[in-house]
Parts: sequence; C-alpha cells; structure tokens
Amino acid sequence: MRVLYFAWLRERIGTNAEEFDLPPEVTTAQMLVDWLRARGPRYEAAFANLTGIRVAVDQRHASLSAPLAGVREVAFFPPVTGG
Amino acid sequence: MAVRVQLWDFDQGAEIDALSKGNGDVGAVVSFTGLVRDHYEGAPIDGLELEHYPGMTEAALAEIEADARARWPLAGVTIIHRYGPLRPSDRIVLVVCASRHRQAAFEAASFIMDFLKTRAPFWKKEMTADGGHWVEARESDEVARLRWMQP
Repeated sequence: MRVLYFAWLRERIGTNAEEFDLPPEVTTAQMLVDWLRARGPRYEAAFANLTGIRVAVDQRHASLSAPLAGVREVAFFPPVTGG
Repeated sequence: MAVRVQLWDFDQGAEIDALSKGNGDVGAVVSFTGLVRDHYEGAPIDGLELEHYPGMTEAALAEIEADARARWPLAGVTIIHRYGPLRPSDRIVLVVCASRHRQAAFEAASFIMDFLKTRAPFWKKEMTADGGHWVEARESDEVARLRWMQP
C-alpha cells in the first residue's frame, strides 16, 4: 500500500510517499495512523493532533473510519487551502 | 469542458472567449480569477508555494465541474488551477461558466469556487524572508460550501 503525505505532514515526517506491507490487523485509516505513529517520533509529531488531519483513500476524500480492504493508496494532509 | 492543473500562467481573456466562440446559444459568460495578494494574515509576503496531489487534483476538480453541470444548465465550464511557486499579483485559479442566461453562470461559478476552496487538494505556503508558513484553512470557506447543501 502506498501512503502519501502533503504539506506540513510531509515536512514533519520527512518524505512524501512510502510503500508498506501492512499487517492484516490494520483494516482502517485510523488504525493505519496508529500504526504509523508507532514507527517513530517524526510520525508521532505529524499525527499528534488528528483534528487537523484529513485523509483520502484511492484519491477520494474519506474519514478515518474508512476501511482499507482493496485500497492501493492512502493520503494524509491538512485541510486544503487552494483557490 | 476543461479542467487543467498546471504550473504556468493562463490567458484569461482567451479562455473566456473560448467558451462562447462557435456557440450562438451562449448568452452569458461569468468568470472568476483568484490572485496572489502581497499580504497574508497582516504581514507582507514574497510569494506562495502551491503544493498539490497529482491525480486527485484533476479528479476532484472534474467532480466539482460534474456537480455544477448536474445542478445548472451550462454550455461550458473551464477550471484552471496553477501550482508551484507564485508571486504577488500572479493568477492562481480561473473558473469560467457559460450558459444561455446569467443566473446559471453566476451561481455555478460561485458554487465551483466554494467547493474548490474546501475539496480540491492544494496547499498554500506563504513565503517570507524568515521562511515559510502553511496557510490555514478558513471555517468561512467550509460554511460557504455548506450553504449549497440545503435540501
């Protein structure tokens, strides 16, 4: 599974994309966040405040409860500021 | 029917003309251009860096356009959004709507901007002499989007 990071999340983690073989017990976006936070202090800092974080699953806006079965790409980012 | 996400500037006059040329049924063309201001949150800035999510940006804008077409009778829609480094007074975004009569064109352009501001995956970083600061999303933009959701 590809995990993408944007804006200040990308800066805190230090990369914009990673590929993972997720353990089978990681079945939702929220569980993916928990699993990422456990990877180290940069992830912990990036995901410290989940109210300021949005998620997209296969390039569509989703919530943290979104299931990950069959998903190829998950992206985490702050609320958008285009336009 | 054009959605473009691009680095370089666009010719807004040409884009507006393109939506009416060759279609004698178009009686109204409304356009919106978003520009980089030279101040953000009270302080002068050198410019903006605009980050986006390749793939999702085009898809999100296409979905917003499709929603607008489903709600209003539109003869044409153009949405162009830039990314990358931008300077004060640079054009960021263009929305053009063409229709037979003006109400559809005005409302669709407003609708598209309200959704673009809250759903299109772009992020602005304001650049100043002491570095850069990520612009924060505004609740007023979310409120503007929600007003279109009334039954």
